[in-house]
Amino acid sequence: MPRLPPPDADLIERREILDAAGMARVLKRMAYELVERVGHEGDAIYLVGVRTGGAYLAARLAELIRASGDTPRPTLGAVDISLYRDDVFRGLPKPEIGPTELPEPIEGRMVVLVDDVLYTGRTIRAAMDVLGDYGRPRAVKLAVLVDRGRRELPIQPDFVGAAVQTTAGESVRVLLKERGEPDRVVLRERRPS
Amino acid sequence: MTAFAHKHLLGVETLSAEDLTTILDLGERFGEIASRPIKKVPTLRGKTVVNLFFEPSTRTRTSFEIAAKRLSADAINISGSASSTVKGETLVDTAQNIDAMSPDIVVVRHAQAGAAALLAKRIRASVVNAGDGAHEHPTQALLDCSTIRAHKGKVAGLKVAICGDITHSRVARSDIFALRKLGAEVHVAGPRTLLPAGAAELGAVVHDRIEPALDGADVVIMLRIQKERFGTPLFPNTREYSRYFGLNARRLEACRPDAIVMHPGPMNRGVEIDPAIADGPRAVILDQVARGVAIRMAVLYLFGGGEAES
Repeated sequence: MPRLPPPDADLIERREILDAAGMARVLKRMAYELVERVGHEGDAIYLVGVRTGGAYLAARLAELIRASGDTPRPTLGAVDISLYRDDVFRGLPKPEIGPTELPEPIEGRMVVLVDDVLYTGRTIRAAMDVLGDYGRPRAVKLAVLVDRGRRELPIQPDFVGAAVQTTAGESVRVLLKERGEPDRVVLRERRPS
Repeated sequence: MTAFAHKHLLGVETLSAEDLTTILDLGERFGEIASRPIKKVPTLRGKTVVNLFFEPSTRTRTSFEIAAKRLSADAINISGSASSTVKGETLVDTAQNIDAMSPDIVVVRHAQAGAAALLAKRIRASVVNAGDGAHEHPTQALLDCSTIRAHKGKVAGLKVAICGDITHSRVARSDIFALRKLGAEVHVAGPRTLLPAGAAELGAVVHDRIEPALDGADVVIMLRIQKERFGTPLFPNTREYSRYFGLNARRLEACRPDAIVMHPGPMNRGVEIDPAIADGPRAVILDQVARGVAIRMAVLYLFGGGEAES
């Protein structure tokens, strides 16, 4: 059985992992690391956000990299993994399907997948399958704002904003101003009954 | 999150406007897959779709087959002439035998109204109606609405004229249900012998001449005369039919200048539609076919979930 995420109403905030300033600082550092480690390998960096949170973060990273002026302007794309999930028919409500937008061919490019929270690794597995249907990138790297551990697949991030230890009952929530919320990352747990 | 409470797609009549919008929205997403280098997603991997067609069909059967394959389902086609019904087996027996092989979805087309509903009661798989007699053809209505929405930006408030053999047309019935639920104003027109008694009760304005239906229409849907569904002639001859009810350039002028012309196919050129219109800039007939695949992908996706969705 898939793990059903606990409903929002059953969760209470336990602590703040990042506030707005912290998130800005972390994203800036990640942008520098991206430029330093993959920004000078031929073509522009191809940032591909995983919808929906990762797509917003990829757009922010692209802007930070562009502002640094240190490397060619990054290419920005987004993937929707709904149709590639391994739990589509396991009793979970079906997610809204967003468009996959890859404005330039990914063939031969350095692609950096961007997601908000890295947890089981299943989302990233699905995102890599989506990319495989569009072409063969030279390499795929993974950048995540929060790594909360508890992987179920052999997937590791290359760029990490913040790493936190969590239990299965907890939930890491990334709030973003693009969704009309203040920028924050919070750790929540089930309300004691 | 998409909540979808139906196990079978038997007709548009039992769907809500919200259900229709869910399918149309999903169809738009699935349309993008046709433009990918690899036109396939793994969503229905391991699922089996049986296309059980007891009536001739190229468009709908191929469309369902492509839709299933683009979702990575295994699609099996059985046509009436190749099935055991020619040896005297009943529809229900044939379907139960197929059901014993554990398919997830059975897509059925049959000359008898109610065939899909009958199977839904007797087999475990989800049943998708691909046309049952003169009753319903829900995926055609959905792809028609998808085409209208894409070209007009909306369905609500549009004047839609459906012209031709209304009585024998399951497309007309499903279209009327879908278009009315989505808020369009529906006019049907045809010779009196081809106008069903209950069309007005379905919410359509009924005309026995084509001109008032076309007047100011945003969308024109032309239908074929379904001669195979009636014995005695219901109009003098095709030339006279064409003269009074065929869509030509002169009649099209009565519609809005940006009106689109649709046809569910198969088309009888020179009878209900002038070839110059069918091939002209206002016709979106092949676009309907393209959208049909995406809509059927959305339907297989939503109805392919088995018990998890119920």
